[in-house]
Amino acid sequence: MSTETASTTTLNDAAELRAFLRGLPGVDQVGAEERAARLATRSIKTTAKAEAIDLAIAMVDLTTLEGADTPGKVRALCAKAARPDPSDGSVPRVAAVCVYSDLVDVAVRSLEGTGIGVASVATSFPSGRAPLEAKLADTRAAVAAGAAEIDMVIDRGAFLTGDVGKVFDEITAVKEACGRAHLKVILETGELATLDNVRRASWLAMRAGADFIKTSTGKVSPAATLPVTLVMLEAVRDYRARTGRQVGVKPAGGIRTTKDAIRYLVLVNETAGPDWLTPEWFRLGASSLLNDLLMQRRKLATGVYSGPDYFTLD
Amino acid sequence: MVSGSRAFEYAPAPESRAVVDIRASYGLFVNGEFVDGHGEPFKSINPADETVLADIACADATDVDRAVAAARTAFDTVWGPMPGRERAKYLYRIARIIQERSRELAVLESIDNGKPIRESRDVDVPLVAAWFFYYAGWADKLPYAGFGPDPRPVGVAAQVIPWNFPLLMLAWKIAPALACGNTVVLKPAETTPLTALLFADICRQAELPPGVVNIITGAGETGRALVAHGGVDKVAFTGSTEVGRQIARVLAGTGTKLTLELGGKAANIVYADAALDQAVEGIVNGIFFNQGHVCCAGSRLLVQESVAEEVLERLKTRMATLRVGDPLDKNTDVGAINSAEQLAKIRELSAAGEAEGATAWSPPCELPAQGFWFAPTVFTGVAQSHRIAREEIFGPVLSVLTFRTPDEAVTKANNTPYGLSAGVWTEKGSQILWTAQRLRAGVVWANTFNKFDPASPFGGYKESGFGREGGRHGLEGYLDV
Repeated sequence: MSTETASTTTLNDAAELRAFLRGLPGVDQVGAEERAARLATRSIKTTAKAEAIDLAIAMVDLTTLEGADTPGKVRALCAKAARPDPSDGSVPRVAAVCVYSDLVDVAVRSLEGTGIGVASVATSFPSGRAPLEAKLADTRAAVAAGAAEIDMVIDRGAFLTGDVGKVFDEITAVKEACGRAHLKVILETGELATLDNVRRASWLAMRAGADFIKTSTGKVSPAATLPVTLVMLEAVRDYRARTGRQVGVKPAGGIRTTKDAIRYLVLVNETAGPDWLTPEWFRLGASSLLNDLLMQRRKLATGVYSGPDYFTLD
Repeated sequence: MVSGSRAFEYAPAPESRAVVDIRASYGLFVNGEFVDGHGEPFKSINPADETVLADIACADATDVDRAVAAARTAFDTVWGPMPGRERAKYLYRIARIIQERSRELAVLESIDNGKPIRESRDVDVPLVAAWFFYYAGWADKLPYAGFGPDPRPVGVAAQVIPWNFPLLMLAWKIAPALACGNTVVLKPAETTPLTALLFADICRQAELPPGVVNIITGAGETGRALVAHGGVDKVAFTGSTEVGRQIARVLAGTGTKLTLELGGKAANIVYADAALDQAVEGIVNGIFFNQGHVCCAGSRLLVQESVAEEVLERLKTRMATLRVGDPLDKNTDVGAINSAEQLAKIRELSAAGEAEGATAWSPPCELPAQGFWFAPTVFTGVAQSHRIAREEIFGPVLSVLTFRTPDEAVTKANNTPYGLSAGVWTEKGSQILWTAQRLRAGVVWANTFNKFDPASPFGGYKESGFGREGGRHGLEGYLDV
């Protein structure tokens, strides 16, 4: 039990939480991987593909999270987000633009009037290794600059050593710092080692107030995978059945092709159900994915592939 | 802007039929040639829409004679004396051709049988190739199989197979028989002869010596003539317990070797500490795979009472996502019932279930107007004494029973005349072992169901038959030991 931070969770609550998480039904890894692989064989063609591509575009959190990011790059990304294909006005805009907290104001100004939200990673992304005060300051700064969504990372070290109370407290504290901004909690499933842990971390985040649970930072391999997302979708489904509150899911990292994106949509459709098939409840954290979606969209409309130079690199 | 909260409709994604060339009529494959039969030809139809696919020759007693004679000659002159390593080359060649022609085989299997293309493509045909590869490997290693330094083949094998996995059952029969140096006369089921006849073409393509594989078509009469033929040394049958009994009676005292793989009424035991989402997936896979036309189907769900309600709720939610319809659509999960006769049997037993007081539930699903269809169904409130808990339905119908203690689960699971397979779902390893040791079933799957592998022996206890197919054990039925 953590004592170094001002704990909102009593020792008793932490013990209850740990017991609850341990009591969740296990995940059989072989079975979960098999199910995900089988759903990946769904064949989405013609009208269904067109619908899926537009839906996927509308679900993209267009992301740039590089040390070398500049205001200019963020502005370019925002322009792309608002009008992904300059030659085709029927392409939907993306869901949000995701940047580091110091670039939130640039993104907010660029996106004024577009209805596109700005999501900011915070809490010492991607490692989550900083004092809570620094994480909260990071969050408050992003919210003050106009971020509508905060993507926080959990303290995987604390989670893996069993200090779930600490993780819980951090999430509730960040949630409070978010104010009206939506909170996405990044589990960094690539570091959680087992699908059992993915399920437990999902429940932990949801109970602590997450509006979204997100797979990965994109800085750790493996990032989003179908089996991990399957388990998270089962978790949000079960959580809503038990509490009545719906929580969104965001796989992020490694989703590069239209085929990948459609597989995630099928997974949502047949696991959590169609209630989650909207940008409000499901997001795809990606950057290069968008151009592939645009390329496939044009191929479907015209019957021919356009070369990569016909889509903007931002 | 795309608005959500409505189902994501998958557009039709039909696999092309163009890869398959179905002839108007088929003869019998005897001694490497297609020849006319002397019985009354019959038709094979597509169970998904009841269209006629082809006229099929029917073998009478004289045709059976000729086929057995061809097999005998091939055994005496070519295949029996051939060294194992040479036989292996033919089997490897067949396996490779099956892989090369896999799409053709899968489409034809789905058309003739009614099973979803996803299954014929991803399960049946890959397993068929795997079976030939596996037994090809044994052909030159028989002295090391544990049956003595120089085990000999038995001779001519008569093989009668069912309609639920037409090509896979053919592979289970032919691959070990040929690997051991036997020649075969195989009769596919009358409702699903087409892939066996395509396999005949593959034998020719592989330049298998004439007479090594003979395929004769026909119904029960042909099968009776074949298994009772004095010229066969070994009979292998997969099918109903009733027919298996008749065969056993005919062969009693003749000295002909016999293996039988018959019916089942498998228990799928779900303990309270199971990984529930995967258990639900396993329940679905256990009973709705291949429309439940599986002898080892997990047709009795035994669920621990403390989680029964939750499991049922999850099961129903999952069943609502099953896509029933066109077998050739790549997104279909549950295809057509194989024949009008089988559909009538499923309906009859289902009606008996309701009449005896069990409650049926099916997800809302629109069934095609033409063809033979039965919605995935789950029965709750089932008692051990109900017919739907005792008789093999061989359709997409699950009977749910509950239990309180592990002892009760095992008692109920074993309380059946069958004993082919069983499933155990728990996260606790010791519970798996405790349960598996007490289950009287040939195969016990733990935290999975309906898994097949050529290296793994398969077969039953009690009325589910005797003898083992697959693995090293599967060689025994085809060796003179």
